[in-house]
Amino acid sequence: MDVIIDNLPRYLSGFGMTLQLLVIAAIGALIIGTFIAAMRISPVASLRGFATVYTELVRNTPLTLVLFFCAVVVPYLGVRTDFATLATIGLTVYTSPFIAEALRSGINGVPIGQAEAARSLGLGFGQTIGTVVLPQAFRMVIPPLINVIIALTKNTSVAGGFFVAELFTIGKELANANGNAVVAVLLGVATFYLIITIPLGILAARLEKKWVVTR
Amino acid sequence: MSGSVLFDAPGPKARRLSIILSVVVGLLLLVGLYFLYSILAAPRTAAGGLKLPGMFDPSRWNIFSDPEVWTFIGSGVVGTLRAAGAAAVLALVIGVIFSLLRTAKTAWIRIPTTVVLEFIRGMPVLLMMLFILLAFSSGSYLAVVLALGLYNGAIIGEALRAGLASLPRGQREAGLSLGMRELQSKMLIEFPQAFRQMLPIIVAQLVVLLKDTSLGFIVGYFELLRSTMNNLASFYGSRYLFSLFAVTLIIYLAMNLSLSWVARWLSKRTDSARRGEAAGKDVPVDPGLAIAQASITARQQGEGGV
Repeated sequence: MDVIIDNLPRYLSGFGMTLQLLVIAAIGALIIGTFIAAMRISPVASLRGFATVYTELVRNTPLTLVLFFCAVVVPYLGVRTDFATLATIGLTVYTSPFIAEALRSGINGVPIGQAEAARSLGLGFGQTIGTVVLPQAFRMVIPPLINVIIALTKNTSVAGGFFVAELFTIGKELANANGNAVVAVLLGVATFYLIITIPLGILAARLEKKWVVTR
Repeated sequence: MSGSVLFDAPGPKARRLSIILSVVVGLLLLVGLYFLYSILAAPRTAAGGLKLPGMFDPSRWNIFSDPEVWTFIGSGVVGTLRAAGAAAVLALVIGVIFSLLRTAKTAWIRIPTTVVLEFIRGMPVLLMMLFILLAFSSGSYLAVVLALGLYNGAIIGEALRAGLASLPRGQREAGLSLGMRELQSKMLIEFPQAFRQMLPIIVAQLVVLLKDTSLGFIVGYFELLRSTMNNLASFYGSRYLFSLFAVTLIIYLAMNLSLSWVARWLSKRTDSARRGEAAGKDVPVDPGLAIAQASITARQQGEGGV
């Protein structure tokens, strides 16, 4: 316990870095993911094809490989920025197809009759999507989106393996420095992750219960 | 929902517009790809004014004609598959145990299990690996296998629980009325159905597990990523960094895509086995998502049904 209290500033600096990675990557992934999801339901075949290939490729690539690319291969190809930025980009790219899939499955979850009814009333593509499908998809999408964000929170720890001084790195360093208190040090790190993930999980479950529509 | 309901069956004009757009976008994408290719292929100058060949120059790829290199990469693949296989078996066993404990009648079994499950699911796998590695000084293989088994076991357990909950209540009642004990009815009647129903989700989770073995790279386990990007790259020098990365990526994609394909095939098969009850239902692509959806349906059935 003393180890944690003595090193609280370092824990907090790592926690700050984790939060920074999480927030920026989450916003970036939401933006890219929305675009990809929009491409996937669009009437233009080549956009659909591109979005499908992008989703399949990125989703089947291990995060470690993505971050390795960002941290080692990209600088080797001649791009010079700091590792935190590179890791954020990697996390953004890796998370975006999961966001896109969550959005898409929300849209798919809206019963087909809704779209048919909208269409038979004479609404166009934009109107059908904007006023009928999306408002219903939204509430079905939020809980899965939170689950994606929870996964992202846990994934930020992988950035710790690639030269970013976040919570996992701090934990590793402290564990190496305090060989007699490894368990306490790492439980401390776990607590910080749980501070983010458990409330988010509870929130997701709440919203799910509240928003679920019995059809 | 198929996309076609969202817009009119396009007439000749709209069809032409769509084709033109499609071609234009396709060309733009090709130009983008070519641009990327030409950047990579262009020779570059190093800091000292030294000319280096482009990324697709034969001098950057010649190590792959050496069978020794492939043998070494093969040993990396074996390392990955060995860890993934052991962890998958462990995860299935742990998943079954967790789902049994989680649905137990007695609260003092159920509640601690829930807490433990939440704890495991809320923690990064990587941290778990480090914990096992340092706290039990177990060696990196055991750390990777145990952490992956425990983490994915928790998720598979949750999936199985959702599967159990979504079964019609009559199944259990019929089992009990035939004189089976609670556990008998669970193991003989409910589990086989829940397992079958959740099989696509479980396989999708196994894809995640296979992907996550690459985390072993960070805790020093010898797997594919370590064999190529660490050992081979430092042996042959950074000149081959890009080509080694490309080869590693392709191997990973081949492994994961084929397993994903199995998941999709299974899900199609189970769907048609349920006699079109869920016809046209989407394939579970993200296990977490699918579990959430399954538990929603389960809750709906619980509230609305019987």
